Amino acid sequence: MGPKAIDRILKKYDYEHSSIIGVLQDLQDEENYLPEKDLEHISERLSMPLARIYRIATFYNTFSLTPRGKQLINVCLGTACHVRGAARVLDRLKMYLGIDVGEMTKDRLFSLQTVNCVGACALGPIVVIGNEYHGQITPGKVESTIKKYRKKPRKSATKSPRHKKLKIEN
Amino acid sequence: MKRINNPQELEKVREEILGSRDPDKPCITICSGTGCHAFGCEKVTESFRAELRKQALEERIYIRTTGCHGFCEKGPLVVINPQKIFYQRVTPEDTGEIIAETLLKNNIIERLLYTHPQTGEKIVKEENVPFYKGQMRIIFGNNGKIDPTKIEDYIAIGGYKALSKVLRELSPPEIIDIIKNSGLRGRGGGGFPAGVKWESCRNAPGDKHYVICNADEGDPGAYMDRSLLEGNPHSVLEGMMIGAYAIGSDEGYIYVRNEYPLAVRNVGIAIDQLRECGLLGENILDTGFNFDIKVNRGGGAFVCGESTALMASLEGQAGEPRAKHIHTVESGLWEEPTNLNNVETWANVPLIINEGVDWYTDIGTENSKGTKIFSLVGKVNNTGLVEVPMGITIREIVYDIGGGIPGDGKFKAIQTGGPSGGCIPESLIDIQVDFDKLTEVGSMMGSGGMIVMDDKTCMVDTAKYFLNFLKDESCGKCTTCRDGTRRMYELVDAITRGEGKEGDIELLEELSWVVSEASLCALGQTAPNPVLSTIRYFTDEYEAHIKDKRCPAGVCKDLITYSIDEEKCTACGKCKKVCPSDAITGEKKVPHIIDTEKCIRCGACITECKFDAIEVA
Ligand SMILES: Cc1cc2nc3c(=O)[nH]c(=O)nc-3n(C[C@H](O)[C@H](O)[C@H](O)COP(=O)(O)O)c2cc1C
Ligand code: FES
Repeated sequence: MGPKAIDRILKKYDYEHSSIIGVLQDLQDEENYLPEKDLEHISERLSMPLARIYRIATFYNTFSLTPRGKQLINVCLGTACHVRGAARVLDRLKMYLGIDVGEMTKDRLFSLQTVNCVGACALGPIVVIGNEYHGQITPGKVESTIKKYRKKPRKSATKSPRHKKLKIEN
Repeated sequence: MKRINNPQELEKVREEILGSRDPDKPCITICSGTGCHAFGCEKVTESFRAELRKQALEERIYIRTTGCHGFCEKGPLVVINPQKIFYQRVTPEDTGEIIAETLLKNNIIERLLYTHPQTGEKIVKEENVPFYKGQMRIIFGNNGKIDPTKIEDYIAIGGYKALSKVLRELSPPEIIDIIKNSGLRGRGGGGFPAGVKWESCRNAPGDKHYVICNADEGDPGAYMDRSLLEGNPHSVLEGMMIGAYAIGSDEGYIYVRNEYPLAVRNVGIAIDQLRECGLLGENILDTGFNFDIKVNRGGGAFVCGESTALMASLEGQAGEPRAKHIHTVESGLWEEPTNLNNVETWANVPLIINEGVDWYTDIGTENSKGTKIFSLVGKVNNTGLVEVPMGITIREIVYDIGGGIPGDGKFKAIQTGGPSGGCIPESLIDIQVDFDKLTEVGSMMGSGGMIVMDDKTCMVDTAKYFLNFLKDESCGKCTTCRDGTRRMYELVDAITRGEGKEGDIELLEELSWVVSEASLCALGQTAPNPVLSTIRYFTDEYEAHIKDKRCPAGVCKDLITYSIDEEKCTACGKCKKVCPSDAITGEKKVPHIIDTEKCIRCGACITECKFDAIEVA
């Protein structure tokens, strides 16, 4: 992200140190991860030690310091999804994509992540791809669900909901 | 929305809104909560709109998209008012027929009605569906009546009446007395009396007082806070405003989970509307009361639901709890007196002010008043959000409202209280659900997750699941919590892999004691609960794993084998197709066989087989 764009984010938060989490969230919404050079720039502009920024970036699960695929696949491992077999869905996804949790496919299309409940527990097991919710997923449905995304252009997977309307489908 | 400068203008606006609406005019209400979204309610809404346009009926029929109605299992849900006809699993193809038949001719479309699973009876009205019948939806029910993005809808059902009343008629100590007398206890987990907290915060010296709404909802498997914020954000905001006035605060925060984009959006819209009409800002309703609210998104850390960690996170720090010998009501956010309450706690406040203490205290048990919203999920027929009076039994929730266990499964336990709670076995199914009773049986109320487990749920695996969660979510500050939960996880993991040893249960109990006694915050202090409660009620299952190397529920992968029942197999070939490791072989018309060497026990064949032919032992 260019320095100007970062300054715009910082300005939105009045250059307040206390808003660092929001700043990083906005940065990640744009970049899909937190690029090192951008963190350095933020550190300079806020006169905040880089170590402190890294402390925040590594403490909170939302943040990624490595690039992620165009489509983020989030498998819910919340309790409701767990008792309905979410672990088997995850196993199947790992096998099908050939990656582990936290990794990105070679073609940079997909990143696999897990999340503890996305608040759609009644429809578990849930897999969220980009910002589309897929309910009642079974290991057998994994392939056909992922295939639909092979052709799709990136749907601003992590764009903040405030900029982009939510899109959810079964 | 125009500016509302004083209480009289608020009432005038309300009259205008009500006057402009015809209560008898038909209204199509479409649930647009997250659950129904996943079932495609957006397309249904679009289709209704297009149909109304096409038939030039836009003037004659209202259309309203609302927050979650709770019965997510059957979405997309559509209710036709004023008759309250309840249609479920509605598709875009049905909309033309609904308009032509139900709205124009008053005919019921049988196919879209809910069928009673036991009697086979078709049920027409929402209130007669068993799922809703046993509930008492005093907080959550309004979700179905309003469009959460329209402040007019909230005002039309009496919104901000309670705020106007307290600002005009009551002094802050009087409000605090009302909340104290109502017996309202915090819905976020601990069940601390809200009025007492408000009072301490009000009396604490400080330049500034803060109020915060905890919408971090970390309990995995619970989503009532999400649905309230998404579906009726104004009720939470009104509660916060009343609280702020009583406590003497002019600044509030809402800390929302980042995983809840729709809640962030809707609460943001609501706040903008309030600012626009002057209900947030300076000199609210010309009473000299100033207040504003900011929304902060969380960073996906469970521990940030804990009060001191949440405040650290709001200050832009890593969310680590601190010792609470000085309470947050005295020194919280920015070291000023701070009052934190849960979403549902705040939403109760306007109701108590409007309906009065006597009305409210009639609901519930001796020490737990009012209702509680539960997220009834897992192995139960009717999953969704249910609001019930305190004191209802687990049996009533699971069987009368939840419709029992799917298929031929058998109820085994219910998990409440999230990672801090425990599993309640079938023998206790008739206990009355309230704060004290749940704690007494080794679980807790928590924020309201209720995960139903059947005979195919392994209790050792459940304990392992929570330990895994807790060891990942421990912030790492206390050794006992950071390493203790890890050691406990390793022990239970070994048990599920068939490597458990004699004495492991005792070791787990000892570790539990250390972790709960020596950890700083409630995360560590309650972390052993899922283990202790499963050991307490399901020792035999632990022993089967340890001694017989057997998982009775057929869940723990290393202890089970898959096979195909020749009698049941119709050789349809489905399992063969989905098997990722080519472990299933068989010709057409010949029962198939699983090669146990190749089988990775992924479960794909089980979910695919229509004939229940895959056996796990
Ligand atoms: C680890 C941990 C996680 C918590 N998570 C939440 C949460 O997600 N939502 C919540 O309202 N309270 C949560 N709490 C409880 C809060 O600390 C606090 O007691 C509560 O928000 C106070 O509001 P109440 O009195 O209205 O319940 C959590 C506590 C702990 C120890
Ligand atoms: S447990 Fe998966 S959505 Fe809540």
